[in-house]
Amino acid sequence: MNDQAQLLPGTLDLLILRAVSLGPRHGYGILLCIGQISGNTLLIEQGALYPGLFRLVRQGLLKASWGTSENNRRAKFYELTAAGRRRLREETESWNRLAAAIASALSQQPEEI
Amino acid sequence: MKLVDWLRFRFATLFQRSRMNVEIEEELRAHIQHRADDLERSGLGRAEAERRARIEFGGQEKFKEECREAAGGTFVETLIQDVRFSFRVLRKSPGFAIVAVLTLALAIGANAVVFAVLNALILHPQYVPRAESLYGIEHGSDKDAVESYPDYLDLRDHNRSFQGLAAYSIAQAGLETGESPSRIWVEEVSGNYFDVLGIQPYVGRFFHGADELGANSAPYVVLTYAYWHSHFQDDRGVAGRIVQVNKHPFTIVGVAPPEFRGTLMFFNPDFFMPIVDQEQVDGQNLLNTRGRRWIFMVMGHLKPEVTPAQAIADLNSIGSYLEKTYPQDDGQMTFALARPGLLGDYLGLPVRAFMTGLVLLAGLILLAACANLGSLFAARAADRSREVALRLALGSSGTRILRQLFTEAVMISLMGGAVGLAGSVVLLRGLSVWQPLPQFPINVPVNPDANVYGLALLLSLASGFLFGTVPMRQILRTDPYAVIKWGSSARVGRRITARDLLLGVQIAICAVLVTSSMVAVRGLARSLHSNFGFEPQNAMLVDTDLSMAGYRDDGVPAMQRRMIDAVETIPGVKSVGLVGQYPPTALVWNISIVFTDETADLRPSNAAASPVIYSISPEYFHAASTALLAGRDLTWHDDKKGPRVAVINQEFARKIFGSVANAMGRYYKRRDGTRIQVVGVVEDGKYTPNLAEDPQQAMFLPILQSPSSETWMVVRSNLDPQQLTTAIKGKLRDLDAGLPSFIQTWNKQMDTALFAPRVATVSLGVLGMMGAMLSITGIFGMAAYTVSKRLRELGIRMALGAQRKEVLQAALGRPLKLLALGSVAGLLLGILAARVLAFIVYQATPRDPLVLAGVLIAMLLLGLLATWIPAQRALAIDPATLLREE
Repeated sequence: MNDQAQLLPGTLDLLILRAVSLGPRHGYGILLCIGQISGNTLLIEQGALYPGLFRLVRQGLLKASWGTSENNRRAKFYELTAAGRRRLREETESWNRLAAAIASALSQQPEEI
Repeated sequence: MKLVDWLRFRFATLFQRSRMNVEIEEELRAHIQHRADDLERSGLGRAEAERRARIEFGGQEKFKEECREAAGGTFVETLIQDVRFSFRVLRKSPGFAIVAVLTLALAIGANAVVFAVLNALILHPQYVPRAESLYGIEHGSDKDAVESYPDYLDLRDHNRSFQGLAAYSIAQAGLETGESPSRIWVEEVSGNYFDVLGIQPYVGRFFHGADELGANSAPYVVLTYAYWHSHFQDDRGVAGRIVQVNKHPFTIVGVAPPEFRGTLMFFNPDFFMPIVDQEQVDGQNLLNTRGRRWIFMVMGHLKPEVTPAQAIADLNSIGSYLEKTYPQDDGQMTFALARPGLLGDYLGLPVRAFMTGLVLLAGLILLAACANLGSLFAARAADRSREVALRLALGSSGTRILRQLFTEAVMISLMGGAVGLAGSVVLLRGLSVWQPLPQFPINVPVNPDANVYGLALLLSLASGFLFGTVPMRQILRTDPYAVIKWGSSARVGRRITARDLLLGVQIAICAVLVTSSMVAVRGLARSLHSNFGFEPQNAMLVDTDLSMAGYRDDGVPAMQRRMIDAVETIPGVKSVGLVGQYPPTALVWNISIVFTDETADLRPSNAAASPVIYSISPEYFHAASTALLAGRDLTWHDDKKGPRVAVINQEFARKIFGSVANAMGRYYKRRDGTRIQVVGVVEDGKYTPNLAEDPQQAMFLPILQSPSSETWMVVRSNLDPQQLTTAIKGKLRDLDAGLPSFIQTWNKQMDTALFAPRVATVSLGVLGMMGAMLSITGIFGMAAYTVSKRLRELGIRMALGAQRKEVLQAALGRPLKLLALGSVAGLLLGILAARVLAFIVYQATPRDPLVLAGVLIAMLLLGLLATWIPAQRALAIDPATLLREE
């Protein structure tokens, strides 16, 4: 448990968009996918995923449809809309800029200033 | 999003709510099942796997709620929640809720009533097709619409601007439909009246211009719907029936539609008859006298291509021709156009000015109510700052809390609006059937309609939002940590704020109104016992018109003598007099211009005076208790054969002859050139219903020399009015069973004269109540706010040994100082305003210790009432509890 990091506020939406961009998934699938692509380092409260999903659907970034899962269970599948794809691209760029800036700030050595 | 879309979305989400709940539940269940599948694969039993999955998932209900909120389907649910919560909160402080609802009910009710009256009198179009092009003609010089019949004919026949011109006048007549005669009100209208207005008959037909073939040539009547309904029981076969109008046979030809009650708004006639038959109702032929202006109004539709300015120019050219041709009869003849409903500007100007004032006043009352409720709400918000802080700290959002407070404000305003509207509907219903003067068919239908309901709803919502926003800043600034740690901030501004000023002004206005209404009440009480130049106490008035029973010419005075002789024989009757016009202070009075004896050119502009004119029998002064100052009373020998004489009043004598002594035996001239000798002078009196008027001139002519079929008998007696009425009725029936009469005490008749001051007193009283209500909420709000803001400070003071008096001073000093200042300012202004009031209420004076004491007591009571609850609260402070908890 110690190697898991707390999620920064606002990043859950980004992770959901990223996970769904890899192909249509149901809620539990998205959770697993986030675990996989983050190397199981991010701690996500399972239930907290759903309000985020509903919010993204309402914003028009995701669309949902009922289908059958690989376990042969009825589940709601999510996929990206055009707006969702655009948002993912923008958010990714801005996140990368921020991460690079933070990383550079933290890696500076005293003598280099 | 457009409003419609938004609403549809909200409703859709409301109705899809259960479906959405099912979906959310299903989705979450699917998640847990998938997780359990995975756990099962890792070797757990199914039951254990599902249990683990549920635990890992966390609080399902909480997430479901969050999902619903995220999906945007919670507006209506939140609203319902807020409403329920607000109800609970308001139930906990019923005093606050009642004060707030009542204040708003008064303010919104007042606005609804004023708007309904405005709607009925000014905004509501008259029931006449194409009302927008219908204009009445009034005189440009004196804002008066009366016209003589020959002048009307000239205007009708020579104008090029109107599609047609109709005329009407109002008269009373005796109508016999088989049973005993009854007195009814009739509108004498020109033959083309219905055609010019474009009204279609409801039953039968109307009469037309072609039916007029000279005086008394068109014996037709048209009933109003109301009269037909109440007296002919909706009998459609009524057309063709013969009725007797003043003993002349007339044929009912039709019934007017229900919506049409004549064009004069307040007046409901019983039927319409051709104006050419007026002699049969009025007793004398007025169709050829150009000098007698008795037609109420001439009106018609403008031709489509003619502008009002062109029409006025056209009428004025006819006017200048009339001026030149008939200098004796027609003075200045310039014209203006006006709406006919309120007799043009004659009633229209005062009514419009009055309504504008009322609308402004009602608006101000509502604004003041909102401001006061705003400060009450702010006080409550301050009290609840800990609750709010707790909710904020527990994760509620600021908007959510504001929304709840707003819901509370709007709920209060809606309740206030509902109560106010209910009250105003009751009031308006009453007003609609109210006949202020029992003898006249005068009434204003102001039934509330959809407009009124809409306005009340709109005002309620607007005022709710208005006072709901006042405490908003306070809430938004709340820092939950600071409030919970230190309690609410105890800063109290020392400067004079806009709120102080507003409250001060309200208190001052309230004091003005209280002062004025007390002045009015006292004045009214005094004017009941003042000297009117006659004594209404112990006098009975018998109102008859001999022409209604068919008496003509010499038959009239003979019958009048017989009536006097008969009534005089009733035991207990002291004296009986006759007057041939409405007696003094009735709604109607006649004025006739007179000239000095030296004047040769008798044109109106040379007139020396315009006294009120009465034709009286010898005993009249005695019966009316009017004091004769000089000379002699009139006698039965002052008849047609004798020299023309008159008794005049003091004011007349002073005006024309300089003094009473000077007037005796002197002559003056009437309009037709008759020389009249003054044989006596009586005291001044009140003649018009305006008791506050300056002394007017009056002349009393012998009834034998200027006969009148209209007859008012004044019977002075100490007998019980009921008994006397029966006795008089019996005597008159013995003389002529077909003579309709109306008997009442002179005191009762005085109601007409006291109508305006009574209305003024009642309205001032109502306004004073509203002002008091507003002041109470205002002071209450401010005091409550101060107390709750300074609760901690007061507690510390008490702990340090402050006395009750000092605590009260600290808590209530400011509102009480405002009350004192406002009351004094208001009292002074009220004393000034009483001078204006004296124009309406006879003998209104503020120099009256009772009034001053009354105002002081009223304002003191008001202050006590308003500060009672906050004072109790300040005194109930327990320093120990307070310091422990706050």
